[in-house]
Amino acid sequence: MSRLEKITRRTLLVGAVAVAGGVAFGTWRYRTPYKNPLLANLNKGDAALSPYVLITPDGITLITPRADKGQGAYHAQALLIAEELDVELDQISVTPGAPDMAYWNKALAEEASEFLVPAGGFMQDTAQIAVSAASKFIGLQITGGSTTIPDGFDKLRAAGASARETLKLAAAEQSGVPVSDLRTQSGAVILPDDSRLPYTELAARAATLDPVQDVPLREPSEWRLIGKETQRLDILPKSTGTQDYGIDMSMPGMVHATVLMNPSQGGGLGKYDTSEAFKIRGVSSVVEITGGLGIIADNTWRAIQGARAIEASWPKGPMPDTMEAHWQALSDSFNDSAADSRKRDDGDVDTALGSDAMTAEYRAPYLAHAPLEPLNAVVRVDNDGAEVWTGTQVPRFLQANVARLTGLSPDQIKVHGQMIGGSFGHRLEDEVVKQATEIAMQLKGTPVKLTYSREEDMLHDFPRQVAMARMRGSVKEGKVEAYDLSIAMPSVTGSQMARQNQTVPGPDSQIVAGAFEQPFAIPHHRVTGYRAPELAPISSWRSVGASSNGFFYNAGLDELIHAAGADPLEERLRLCNDPLSQKVLEAIGEMSNWSGPVPSAGTGRGVAFTKSFGVPCAEVVDVRQTEDGLRITDVWVAAEVGTVVDPVNFENNVAGGVIFGLGHAMFGEITYEDGVAEQENYDLYPSMRINQCPEITVRGLENGDRVLGVGEPPVPPAAPALASAIFALTGERMREMPFSEFVQFA
Amino acid sequence: MQITVDGKRHEVDVEDDMPLLWVLRDELGITGVKYGCGIAQCGACTVHIDGEAVRSCQVLAGDVWGDVTTIQGLGTPEALHAVQSAWIDHQVAQCGYCQSGQIMQAAALLAETPNPSDQDIDDAMSGNLCRCGTYPRISAAIKTAASKLREV
Repeated sequence: MSRLEKITRRTLLVGAVAVAGGVAFGTWRYRTPYKNPLLANLNKGDAALSPYVLITPDGITLITPRADKGQGAYHAQALLIAEELDVELDQISVTPGAPDMAYWNKALAEEASEFLVPAGGFMQDTAQIAVSAASKFIGLQITGGSTTIPDGFDKLRAAGASARETLKLAAAEQSGVPVSDLRTQSGAVILPDDSRLPYTELAARAATLDPVQDVPLREPSEWRLIGKETQRLDILPKSTGTQDYGIDMSMPGMVHATVLMNPSQGGGLGKYDTSEAFKIRGVSSVVEITGGLGIIADNTWRAIQGARAIEASWPKGPMPDTMEAHWQALSDSFNDSAADSRKRDDGDVDTALGSDAMTAEYRAPYLAHAPLEPLNAVVRVDNDGAEVWTGTQVPRFLQANVARLTGLSPDQIKVHGQMIGGSFGHRLEDEVVKQATEIAMQLKGTPVKLTYSREEDMLHDFPRQVAMARMRGSVKEGKVEAYDLSIAMPSVTGSQMARQNQTVPGPDSQIVAGAFEQPFAIPHHRVTGYRAPELAPISSWRSVGASSNGFFYNAGLDELIHAAGADPLEERLRLCNDPLSQKVLEAIGEMSNWSGPVPSAGTGRGVAFTKSFGVPCAEVVDVRQTEDGLRITDVWVAAEVGTVVDPVNFENNVAGGVIFGLGHAMFGEITYEDGVAEQENYDLYPSMRINQCPEITVRGLENGDRVLGVGEPPVPPAAPALASAIFALTGERMREMPFSEFVQFA
Repeated sequence: MQITVDGKRHEVDVEDDMPLLWVLRDELGITGVKYGCGIAQCGACTVHIDGEAVRSCQVLAGDVWGDVTTIQGLGTPEALHAVQSAWIDHQVAQCGYCQSGQIMQAAALLAETPNPSDQDIDDAMSGNLCRCGTYPRISAAIKTAASKLREV
């Protein structure tokens, strides 16, 4: 075990054991803080100055507990700590740390409270406090909801500041120079004579001090790293093939495994014949696990070949037989008994609509997450503990699940977070870890590496929700007068949390997220959510409810604006009642040199706006007709995030989010026949390729007080902006995704 | 059978029909080569055989016709290939999982077409899928690498 592993290993005895030479407090206190997990097993001379900063004579390690799945979370978290700690990014290493209560996600918990209450106001405030406390109690160390930056912005800087001031105190004791005459730079305390006391040499003394608390944070004008272009910590390994991901894990004695699960999710284990599998060289055993089989071999490919050689018949799962039945279930949900929430009801919608309202219906299909790294996990189960090596956004859930399966207690389960090759929400689920655990329980003491084939990964994804919306509206004197939007979908939150044995009472705000809270003062405006029954099991997909609702809301509004004879951008600006959102719309107009939906012959231009995860985001999309079909030529995108913490990551996440949103709107669809997904690899699940990629111009606005994350907000406006552009060019309304069913893309 | 990878000769005891991808990853431990789809749809497994970019998931061990170069042989953190260096300058990677294949495909393109047009880049790179959407930076990095390589 490495020294660091030893240090970061979680133990419940932390408060009771004598800690050799170590002391630690957090500046992240929230009423009564959790104990600092780094205190366990500190060696003499090491200092864990908060749950996020570990200094040993060998070096400085920053703990970055939110998972990195490509969004640059390790880098951004390290940057926030380093800003106040006064270390250079090439002087530190980072580690995700172990699952621990101390790393709970407060920002996500506050977002989650939306699920529990029907409306804003006092009720919601009370619930938020309650949910914060409850989430803290269960220690939701979740990466999601674009919360890494909002959750960490103050907390991580404060951790760095506290460690810095404590190191200065140690330097003052050692040198006899008063703290007020000391400064810090590049991992050292600097004395008035310019001599340097490296942090690593001060660690032992710092460890004997009470860390300095409540240090004021630096003003933005003093920032060295925040808002500046820095080189991502992982850019060298990711450009040389030397970055290890979970799928690259190897260890002595490890066996390779894959699974053959019932292709009809939830159908359970059927009859099977393994005799052909054992003819494959290297296949050593086939074991039963929940819902399928684990195939063990001495090589990944041999395990996959073994799985393919098994003949099996599978019971059908609980899903409807046909895709038509899925849509019918949504259609049937627009009724009072399925009503879930009405979080917006302005004016008098029914009177304003009268008897000749415009109507339209919209559809959004199931979508796979399909990150490029197939799901994988290494698990070893022993009599007195278990270890898990995997990339995960939910380390605490995963730990609890492994404990439940093995009969061990959670503190006996060590989780080693790994770098993740893309997620988009895929790693919010932990089925692969449960399956690897079930296999490993049958091979006690042997590390089992479970790797999904691409086909297993897509067949057993829990996809983005399927959803349907109905719009009614009216216009008056060139303006949008009434807009009534009804949305039906199964509950993502309910489906996802049920797999973690958690129930979520009350309405699911994700059913209307990206629609009910939009900053448009339409005189008569209503948004109603209807909760369809669970059809396919579903999960969070980059931007969750807003991924379908951003399309629905903008598509309906676009039709009304057109009927009013108004300009799509001008009318949104006129209706907008939020100053920050208004600035985003003004910015997109200026960036794209907006002159209306047809900037020149043979082209079409569309605009859309969605506020999601607190971020107002607007996009303008240009399309052009070519001999080979429609081509997206340019996209402009503006997002308000308070502070752009890391401009490289910001640009990359925003442009990537646009491409993700456009690519799925163009081509993406998972359909089910007899309960089985019909798309099991990228040939049947296309997404945008480099030859289809437009020029993308990104601007981050920093007018607001709240610092917000941007992994998800660029996704929702992409599809409706494209739909609006296609309408401007062809006159055809895109009311259903994917659009490739109706138009040819070049 | 014998196989030469990144300048080193290896004796491997595998079935003739095991894809080169798995020989590299599981038998030789060269994990910079990535598994993404297994059916030549994503390009994450791209390596060179005698300088030509191939999908190693589609080349059977028994059919390897020349010397294999992987991302780890193209250049190293200490001695970067011009394409890798451009990838770093442009900070292309997000999750980074597809980038081994992207870089190998780009290196093969530039070896054959030192001054590629946008169309050349699209044609050569459209078989390499990036789910994070790093395409704009990939295009820019290829152009930087091309001009660096032409200076040499």
